[in-house]
Amino acid sequence: MSKIILRITFSALGLLLLAVALFLALDTPQADEFTDKDVERWQQEFMSVVEKGRALWVSPELGTNGVACAQCHPNAANTHPETYPKFQQQLGRVAALREMINWCILNPLEGKMLEPNDPKMIALEAYVTYERRSVPLEPGKH
Amino acid sequence: MTATCLSRRDFLKGAAALGALPLTMVELSFADSSKNFTFAHISDSHIQQIQGSNFVYNWDRGLIRAVAETNLLTPKPDFVIFGGDLAQLGKKEELDHGAEMLSKLNYKVRCVMGEHDYYLDLGEYWSKLFGPHYYSWDHKGVHFITLNSVLTYDEWTHNRWPTAEQRMLEMAGLDNPNGSPFMVGEEQRKWLQKDLAKVKKDTPVVVFSHSPIQKIYKGWNFWTEDADEVQALLQPFETVTVVYGHVHQIQYNQIGNISFNSVMATAWPWPYPQSYAQAESHLPKLTVPMNRADPFFERDATGWQLIDLNTGRVTLRYNLWNNTNRTVAYNPETKQPEDTVYQSPDKRIPPQIHY
Repeated sequence: MSKIILRITFSALGLLLLAVALFLALDTPQADEFTDKDVERWQQEFMSVVEKGRALWVSPELGTNGVACAQCHPNAANTHPETYPKFQQQLGRVAALREMINWCILNPLEGKMLEPNDPKMIALEAYVTYERRSVPLEPGKH
Repeated sequence: MTATCLSRRDFLKGAAALGALPLTMVELSFADSSKNFTFAHISDSHIQQIQGSNFVYNWDRGLIRAVAETNLLTPKPDFVIFGGDLAQLGKKEELDHGAEMLSKLNYKVRCVMGEHDYYLDLGEYWSKLFGPHYYSWDHKGVHFITLNSVLTYDEWTHNRWPTAEQRMLEMAGLDNPNGSPFMVGEEQRKWLQKDLAKVKKDTPVVVFSHSPIQKIYKGWNFWTEDADEVQALLQPFETVTVVYGHVHQIQYNQIGNISFNSVMATAWPWPYPQSYAQAESHLPKLTVPMNRADPFFERDATGWQLIDLNTGRVTLRYNLWNNTNRTVAYNPETKQPEDTVYQSPDKRIPPQIHY
């Protein structure tokens, strides 16, 4: 009886060792460990979206009447991305920045609102936020 | 009926009879109150063509309203100034449409050149409607001068852009890094020197320009490159006021003998330059800003001005359509323009904080 138990134990141990060996042998994906070069590339990816946002900002393509965001908001000034989400008194509730971007597209630009995950909306948010870089976050500030 | 539907001769006749338009009321007062008079100042309407006879409704409404209200003034203003940027992209259609709206004014109108009027054809069509780019006249003891302050370097104007349309677009973007600083330029400064030579030093002088004739923020051309040279020509006079457009916001300042007052746009407001976190700017410390605009009110932070001239000094009354009116008047005790209500720091209100 004790011999049988001993044999099972050795077999289990063998399987475990085999599993560990296999695990070590495989080229497993690494967690977030990155180089300066990676950072540089990611920054470039980000800036290319910022530039797309800037191009949209000065373009009539978001609306139907030729009006562009930059006409009222040079350098995206007076958009205050650092204060969102905040209570937007005109709406009577807490709103996100993208809702206000859509409000402008709908009203002064007489255009069609963008889906929240539309790459154009993401580009606009990237541009607006980039122009406001280094300003401390103050969500809720009016 | 738009201007383009009128016969050209009728239209020019109408424009000539009416001159320029004001959206700001200004009063000049004199010790002898019989010398006091008022004029109105309207500015920055940015009439923008969409296609054919379609124009941006919002901007049209601003100018139409300013004209209608100016016509209701009692007592009547002596004349009206239109402070520039009648058009958005300098097109004939835009200038015609704007001129037709201005032609409804029941007063003599004099126009100032804005960069949006100028950089398509270098002011040629504008001149056909409104006359010379810079000029002076005398009215009730005051010497008035209108400058074209939106010129820039010849290389930028004549050699940099493949088409006139592109040149216009590049200058039309306020925050466009391809733009170029505004200036009065040497030729016009010589003319100004000559014009001022025949004016007595105690005669009040009022200058109209589109750009500020001072250096506030270069990135948005809240700036005139040769401001120092122009100011030097004006400083010898005892009482000088520069009234300018372009900035779409309330600004005022005092530099030596020269008072500076900006006027509002009828089209849309602009942020104060300190709202752009990436650059240094120099809003005159004296200025108590306008209230922050509420975009849900289409006409908020736009308006026109009534100007009183008292003893050759300007009292500028801002008619703000969705907001409390403001008055900025020269204070003879402090010798500078001041808001008549909000100047003292303890009188400021939260909407005047811009960031």
